[in-house]
Amino acid sequence: MGTNTAAVAGKKTFGQWLKSRKGQQTVIIIAFIIIPLLLLFTFTYLPFAEMVKFSFYKMKYVGARKFVGLDNYRALFARKDIVSSLKLCLYYMVGALIQIALALYLATILSMKVKASGLFKGLIFFPYLINGIAIGFIFKFFYTRGFVFDTVLQWCGFQLDSLPYWLKDQSINNWSLVGSSVWRYCGQQMVLFIGAIMSVDDTLYEAADLDGANKFQQFKYIILPSIKTIVTLNIILSITGSLSAFEAPFVITDGANGTGTFFVVMNTIAHTNQKVGLASAMAVFLLCIIFICTILQKLFFKFAFRNMHADDESRSAKKKRVKAAAAQPAAAVKGGR
Amino acid sequence: MAAQANAVKVKKHYSAKFIIWTVCKYLSLIFVSFCAVIPLVSCVITAFKTDAEYKSTNVMTMPQSWFNLGNFLKAFQKADMGLAFMNSAIILAVVLIGSIIIGTQLAYVLDRFKFPGNGLIRNLFTFAALLPAIAMQVAVYEIMVNLNFVNTLYGYIIMMMGTDVISIYIFIQYFENLPVSLDESAIIDGASYFTIYSKILLPLLKPAIVTAIILKGANTYNEYYCAQLYLQDKARLRTVATSLYTFTGPLGNQYNMICAGVIISLLPALILFVVCQKQIYSGIAAGAVKG
Repeated sequence: MGTNTAAVAGKKTFGQWLKSRKGQQTVIIIAFIIIPLLLLFTFTYLPFAEMVKFSFYKMKYVGARKFVGLDNYRALFARKDIVSSLKLCLYYMVGALIQIALALYLATILSMKVKASGLFKGLIFFPYLINGIAIGFIFKFFYTRGFVFDTVLQWCGFQLDSLPYWLKDQSINNWSLVGSSVWRYCGQQMVLFIGAIMSVDDTLYEAADLDGANKFQQFKYIILPSIKTIVTLNIILSITGSLSAFEAPFVITDGANGTGTFFVVMNTIAHTNQKVGLASAMAVFLLCIIFICTILQKLFFKFAFRNMHADDESRSAKKKRVKAAAAQPAAAVKGGR
Repeated sequence: MAAQANAVKVKKHYSAKFIIWTVCKYLSLIFVSFCAVIPLVSCVITAFKTDAEYKSTNVMTMPQSWFNLGNFLKAFQKADMGLAFMNSAIILAVVLIGSIIIGTQLAYVLDRFKFPGNGLIRNLFTFAALLPAIAMQVAVYEIMVNLNFVNTLYGYIIMMMGTDVISIYIFIQYFENLPVSLDESAIIDGASYFTIYSKILLPLLKPAIVTAIILKGANTYNEYYCAQLYLQDKARLRTVATSLYTFTGPLGNQYNMICAGVIISLLPALILFVVCQKQIYSGIAAGAVKG
């Protein structure tokens, strides 16, 4: 746009250049980009660089700093609390997989013909919009001995004496927290999957209905292929997500009784104990894992995409065929759906 | 005759299966909805109970009166939620206006102009989205200290504006669908680039802006981690989310008051949700596509 004028005019004074299209373009680019870049630099890349640097120091936020080389990284694997906190991510990974399966099931049902689907969708989704601190109180209350959860279980015939302390008993408390996290995010993931399912061509379902395909077959052959990408992406994201699990233990138990995940421990070390160097090393370590996962994910999709392409072609061909076959009764079917 | 009977039989068989499937479908939906709702319902029930009632009855027994608003008043005063709502409103207004202006401008430039560094800037933002916020705060804290931003409302606001990638994605996606011919005809008419952005494209961007406001608004209103880290002077700088911290410690077992406070804090989110369901759903789907 407008490069011609600048080129034709050749040499110009700065004022003339400013008035030209090219000059105006440069001005607007710089004007519009400088603030976001400045913010991005100040609150993302500068701290990122600082963090890498901090990880080689023994330091607090204020006061003297001492270079210690790789000591912080060694401490990372020597400290029991840190190592055991890493193991907790397995709970959250299992929780994330259950959540994906549940969200997928709900999304499939709700994108079919269901009465009051808007209400169900709304009820299941709303927890996502509650602030973290409120979630903390709600679940402290929910899991307190003899309170909500215990009462509901007693309705189902359980004896109070046989029930564990949900947030204190170390054999169960991490599952309690995972449960609250599933409660909070399942609806959001469901909405995401519904969005993906809705993007499938309606005629495919009609054709399948005509062919007498049952709901399970419809799910397997129509819905699943079309949302394969987003489901895979979510499964991969759940790995990094469970490594960085933070909210549930932070707001509900504050990491007590063996519920401190990696980030909860890191948060305490950084802001309570003020061992900034060690906390930075932890952050850098986790970032490295996340990068590796992301790179693997990119590679995976590159590989999967190659196969998908062939898949896509055959699918669109199939779609055409199905459409042609269904062309005649389509009008009648549309009214029925 | 025989064929007809057969057909009826087949149809009946199908519908029996259909009925079972339908029952299962609704049962599972009702069960999941029950699980989703029960923690909140129990909160509502408890919030309406007097102290004596709370101590003597089971948490799931209904309160004597649904008009007992005493807990709500007490919670509102104890947690100084008037101030909290005020601060949250200021934060919301400035952060939303700021990040909408910044975000649309950035998206406009990135989508409409080819210049060296365009791809790099996009990648820088994508990469930033990968970094988990909690981990970053270990080092951001030091920067906030150096900038004297700790315990100031403006410092927190500026930081909140600086960390927003999803709405930029939504804006770029939307710009891609606005035809470039709009810009070109305006250029022929002699409009400046700023006029094109502000007078022509911005009004057309309204749906995307509404989506971004809702999502970013909900996130900002609910944000508590950075708020408790950088707005430590809670007497002055409490937000709605952090005002709930009042109820930890000695007040930690007066759940009838706590539940009332929790419900007050999530009312704005509930209203937003009831009014703007559609935008919230589509915004989540749109933001997630880029993952």
